[in-house]
Amino acid sequence: MRYAETGYNLEIDLTRGNIERVETDPKLAELHLGGLGTNAKILWDRVPPEVEPFSPDNLLIFSAGLLTGTPAPGANRTIVSTISPQTKLMAYSMMGGFWAPELKHAGYDKVILRGKSPELVYLWINNDKVELRDASHLQGKGTLETAELIRQELKEPNAQVASIGLAGENRVFFASIEQGRSSCSRLGIGGVMGDKRLKAIAVRGTKDVNIARPADFIEHCNDVLSYVKIREKNPLGMVPPILAGLGSPQEMKIHDEEWHTTNFAWGNARHRRKDFWTKEVEQSWKETQESARERFLSCYNCPMKCGASVSYPGVSKYMMKCYSKLTYTMASMSDLDFGFRIAGPAQEYGVDGFTTPQTIAFALELYEAGILTDQDMPGMPSDTEGRFFWLLDRIVRREGIGDILADGTYWAAERIGKGAEAFAHNNIKKHEQLPLKLGMMNPLYFLMYCTGEKINITQIEGQFPQAPFASKEETEDFLKDWIQVPDEKFKQYFRDWENRGDHSIPHYPTVEMSCEIVDWMEKMHYIDDATGMCAGLSSFPLKPAYHMHNWATILSAATGIDLDEAGLSQIAKRNRTLIRAFNVRRGLRRGDERPPEDHWKKRFPELEAKLLDEYYKFKGWNNQGIPTKTSLHELAMDYVSEDLEQRGII
Amino acid sequence: MMSKVKKKVKVIKIDVDKCNGCRACEIICASFHAAPKYSSNNPARARIRLIRDPVRDVFVPVYAGEYTASECMGRDKYVIDGKEYDECGFCRASCPSRDVFKEPDSGLPLKCDMCEDDPSLKEPMCVQWCLAEALTYEEREEEVEEDVMLGDMELGLKSLVDKHGLQQLVESVARMSQKS
Repeated sequence: MRYAETGYNLEIDLTRGNIERVETDPKLAELHLGGLGTNAKILWDRVPPEVEPFSPDNLLIFSAGLLTGTPAPGANRTIVSTISPQTKLMAYSMMGGFWAPELKHAGYDKVILRGKSPELVYLWINNDKVELRDASHLQGKGTLETAELIRQELKEPNAQVASIGLAGENRVFFASIEQGRSSCSRLGIGGVMGDKRLKAIAVRGTKDVNIARPADFIEHCNDVLSYVKIREKNPLGMVPPILAGLGSPQEMKIHDEEWHTTNFAWGNARHRRKDFWTKEVEQSWKETQESARERFLSCYNCPMKCGASVSYPGVSKYMMKCYSKLTYTMASMSDLDFGFRIAGPAQEYGVDGFTTPQTIAFALELYEAGILTDQDMPGMPSDTEGRFFWLLDRIVRREGIGDILADGTYWAAERIGKGAEAFAHNNIKKHEQLPLKLGMMNPLYFLMYCTGEKINITQIEGQFPQAPFASKEETEDFLKDWIQVPDEKFKQYFRDWENRGDHSIPHYPTVEMSCEIVDWMEKMHYIDDATGMCAGLSSFPLKPAYHMHNWATILSAATGIDLDEAGLSQIAKRNRTLIRAFNVRRGLRRGDERPPEDHWKKRFPELEAKLLDEYYKFKGWNNQGIPTKTSLHELAMDYVSEDLEQRGII
Repeated sequence: MMSKVKKKVKVIKIDVDKCNGCRACEIICASFHAAPKYSSNNPARARIRLIRDPVRDVFVPVYAGEYTASECMGRDKYVIDGKEYDECGFCRASCPSRDVFKEPDSGLPLKCDMCEDDPSLKEPMCVQWCLAEALTYEEREEEVEEDVMLGDMELGLKSLVDKHGLQQLVESVARMSQKS
């Protein structure tokens, strides 16, 4: 019997309409756990670097995590992996919600899609019965609308549906895959799904997911829940409210947006508004939010309630989470009211809530600068909010200027020319970043921004406080029950960190400490992404419920795999290195690993070079960021070094 | 003449306004009732179901009640505060008109047993796992007339008789006893 995993994948050839149920090798869980880890293994084995994102040979993999569908609280993530049309590197985007657990209960760990369907179809997985169905009647339909229509036509109210909207159908480079209030948004995987002419995957399952050592395992689950309860009652007082609790940032609950609105940049990631947050704004935004929010929403088997249903005048009911209420608001230099009005339609179109507003703000800057003219924007309204709606409509339809903007700021700037490149200023590896423009270079963030394979800071950071606290008392208060540190030395690193003087950024944490801290944070994310655990209970918040000291025993109890902390670290490292190798094979090099030029005002080229040198070494990579033969051998991936050698890369 | 006896009434209070739709109640119910305990998870086997429709703001946890061999003559549909609930949306019965509260493999009816266990739990597991406190547990004593109660096995057999008929059941039991 297989534990935690089902031991079966679905292989779907969309070109021929062929569907197969394939048993997987149990060894793979021991080497890679599951989720992102095994996705990476499949992509490495089956997608050579010549394959373009919109090629029938590109795979689109929907995966549950190893623990998804078990009673482990928060283990509900769907991990979708493919080649990104935007970066041409591996894209992996994750969503919470209810889809992956349902897939597990239907009896599968993954759905692996290849080829391209001749017509628009959707996939219907109902336990052992799996079929491709005509979706021509769903063409152009919104994401939520599609899910509802499919549930009705299948007469399956309990089917979970992941779908694309117009943006995905039109291969927008930042199209998302949506499922209720959850979405795989980053890096354009919805565009790949559209390219494969797959409108949606609906799934219903009524089978068991087995646990190897039930009594042990449930005790761990109960411990996690008890901890969550305590942590919820005792938010951290030393950090802004938005970072004080567990879960993804509690944007639906918290009104105090001083931190985001004054620290993050508005417009096309341009303007800090340090005096924006006034009593009047606070009052008005509080009212807007209270009137918009209908009910807090949780994902499958998670006590957190990071999302909410939004019922806003003039907008169809939709669901929202996290930061998307502010991305449109701030990119448009507008109001929260506008954020709620545009996020609904944007979700129905199925677009990334980060890249979309930034791309629109970028276009409007080009227009103001005279690089785009009235000829490019015939009929565009005169007010900013109207322009946002107008450009959104054009982008998802790829009409006129929208066709260019639909490729994201990097590729759009290249096509527009005339100096537009300077306006696409907030990218790493061609991908739009959080709108942050800060003063002093921070060594931890420098490393995470440069080297993160996810190319998205919120999916890399989390375990170590973002800055020293204001007082010694707060620091000691924080340190006294910081059990999550992998080693006691991290406490000292933090204790000695100061806002000014010798022990402040950029030279402290030291290069060596920075490597260790970043490695720890990254490791936590790689464990989450393989197990299907939500970062909100694990890798993202301070003092999470899951950490380096309980993860191995939890996984052992669930799977029966003999695993300790060192073994788990090794797996996380293996997965991380495999994705690095995959991207290296596709051309990623040191030169690509840099933050947006204007991310920090004060830069330190020598220190930055040293940080990269040392971090690469720490990771077992050469000076170009390429995994070495020795380190690949230690990770039992000689097949990777053989391939890299054959291609003349190492 | 029947005598009055004291009976412990177990109540799960359901506050639908507090439900966030996570389905932890279903998951822990299914796991608790797995054999061996917690050895598997499958919400389709749960004796509680969350009727969940975020777009209509419908979140109703419903517990499995009695099995019924035939469906009602009509259906009920509630509208409360302008919100329309599903047909039979509050009904606890395992009934032929819908596929809830039936074992997915055998089709046999499921029924909430309040997590009867030895030693007994302080609260049913669904209540313990509902951190939103949409489910809370109460006990009270009630005086009831003593009744002849059917035993567990008899109840089970009775539902099998209702489903398949007495004759088939007798034949099955005869066959099984021959095999062993």
